[in-house]
Amino acid sequence: MNIELIIGILNIVLISTTPLVFAGLGELVTEKSGVLNLGLEGLMLVGAVTGFITLVLTGNYFYSLILSIISGVILSGIFAFLVLNLMTNQIATGLALTIFGIGLSAMLGKKFSGTPIEGLSPYYFIIISFLLVFSVSYFLSKTKSGLIVRAVGENHNSAYALGYNVIKTRYLTIIFGGVMSSLAGYYISICYAPMWQEGMTAGRGWIALALVVFATWKPWRLLVGAYIFGGVAIMQMNLQAFGVELPGQFFNMMPYIATLIVLVFISSNKVRLKLSAPSCLNIPYEKNS
Amino acid sequence: MIRVKLREDYSNLIFYLSPLVAVALTLFFGSFIFLILDLSPIESFKIFFMSPISNSYGISELFVKATPLAIIALGLSYCFKNNIYNIGAEGQLTMGAIFGGGIGLLFNDSTSVFLLPLMILFGAIGGAFWATIPAILKTKFNTNEILTSLMLTYVALFILDYFVVGPWKDPAGYGLPKSMPFPDAGRLPVLFDGLRVHIGAYFAIIICFITYIVYNKTLFGFKLKVSGLSSKASQYAGFKYKNLIFYTFIISGACAGLAGLFEVSGPIGLLYRDISPNYGFTAIIVAFLGRLNPIGIILSSLLIALTYLGAEDAQLFLKIPSAVGFVFQGLVLFFLLGTDFLNKYRVSIE
Repeated sequence: MNIELIIGILNIVLISTTPLVFAGLGELVTEKSGVLNLGLEGLMLVGAVTGFITLVLTGNYFYSLILSIISGVILSGIFAFLVLNLMTNQIATGLALTIFGIGLSAMLGKKFSGTPIEGLSPYYFIIISFLLVFSVSYFLSKTKSGLIVRAVGENHNSAYALGYNVIKTRYLTIIFGGVMSSLAGYYISICYAPMWQEGMTAGRGWIALALVVFATWKPWRLLVGAYIFGGVAIMQMNLQAFGVELPGQFFNMMPYIATLIVLVFISSNKVRLKLSAPSCLNIPYEKNS
Repeated sequence: MIRVKLREDYSNLIFYLSPLVAVALTLFFGSFIFLILDLSPIESFKIFFMSPISNSYGISELFVKATPLAIIALGLSYCFKNNIYNIGAEGQLTMGAIFGGGIGLLFNDSTSVFLLPLMILFGAIGGAFWATIPAILKTKFNTNEILTSLMLTYVALFILDYFVVGPWKDPAGYGLPKSMPFPDAGRLPVLFDGLRVHIGAYFAIIICFITYIVYNKTLFGFKLKVSGLSSKASQYAGFKYKNLIFYTFIISGACAGLAGLFEVSGPIGLLYRDISPNYGFTAIIVAFLGRLNPIGIILSSLLIALTYLGAEDAQLFLKIPSAVGFVFQGLVLFFLLGTDFLNKYRVSIE
């Protein structure tokens, strides 16, 4: 084993894990306010394709980033309107968003599939992802607004009684989650790949979802978890190089099985569940009129 | 000022009409998508919704696609009625294909008439087995079934991948990740020579019929209805809620497993990676669109099956990606959920 190989692998882990951090962190904030958004995969794909198309058409990185973000705002805004104003089932709406996003991104990106672009350096985004983990952690635990988000997620009726606007808070957290997902998508199509291909996020949206539970809704644990998940995925690819004979599929299963175990662990004890999971997660809020 | 009030009266008309409204809205917005793509909406709709079923082959294909969707969605309706969100039908389908298909590969020189029934049985068992995991975790450890059933879907997909790349790989398959074909005795009989529609369609109708009886004529159906409306009420009434969770998971898992086995022993004929174009997830849309009503589910499965076929034709004739089908599926679910609002609330402008 030589040092260069190890550094090389660490570098790949760093580069490949960042989208999980972005998407997972956004979903964490959304879930903290009591909303489960299963639409991450769709949001990421649309974010990836809008960023890519804009870059091809304008050649401007800034515009492409802005448009990618706007796509996240619009799509997650639709999701928010449905689940908050029309009080639709969050699971079904999230799935609809994913299916819609997969379809829309494939349709929009058809003409651009395989167009070569000059990618951005991933390192800016990696630094930003660390800063965001720090900021979100600070926001949720140390600021008043963060406390409101958590209050809304723990008990929306009490939060409403205290005078906080439940719907507005959730709109903001859902849109934050949407923007983070489209950033994850943007990173994949502009920095990581850099190219566009149908369904190129390859299930990362679902892993990000698992990650939030794995991290028991804590930003720093999410960062660590993301690097464990990302590291396992990369290790799987390199194990043959080290002469380990184990089917790769078993490594690919690991993040999901680890999440299952964590889920069982935190939910088997009612007190522990109360301490970690937002109590109002996936419970619709009906304002009495 | 718009005022929203909870409905005191409950309108059956709106309840069953809203899926039609959702479909109409989807077509309306869908026409914009075609306009953006520089295509005539009317011509495109013809290709999308009419041409796929303009001949006997197309109608047969419609049933080929609708069969798994209907079977899975009928099974899921038990869970959803009970307010249990099993969203891992895709994984249960995969497990059914692995179990049932495994039997077919194990006895690959069999000519016995019992092979196919055995495969069907194991298909259902495989799906049910995979669904018992979230059921046990939910009832014993209080673990959220949405996340566990979803995680298990990915585990199942990797297990299938392992088998078709590893131990079950066809030695004569030029190294491709697929199994040997099943023996003829393990293939699902087709209904008409030269067409792909198979006896799974009969199963869908039988399951629909049984489900209708269960929902309307049995105590079990009544218990589901009560606990779906309020799990507390069902516990006061003395119903064993945990058992209900278990049964509904097993029924939906078995149905999904059955659908998976029908796919591999019917149209596909062997095991490989992509046995299902997201049937397990799409069936969730089918179940909601059909209002968790058995007959409604059969109708909505045909409609959603048409979006699969229409998307294929659109790719062929309009040169747009077949993913346009997903756009329509997503839209119809958005609108259906949105119009649901009108069932629960009365909106008035003052």
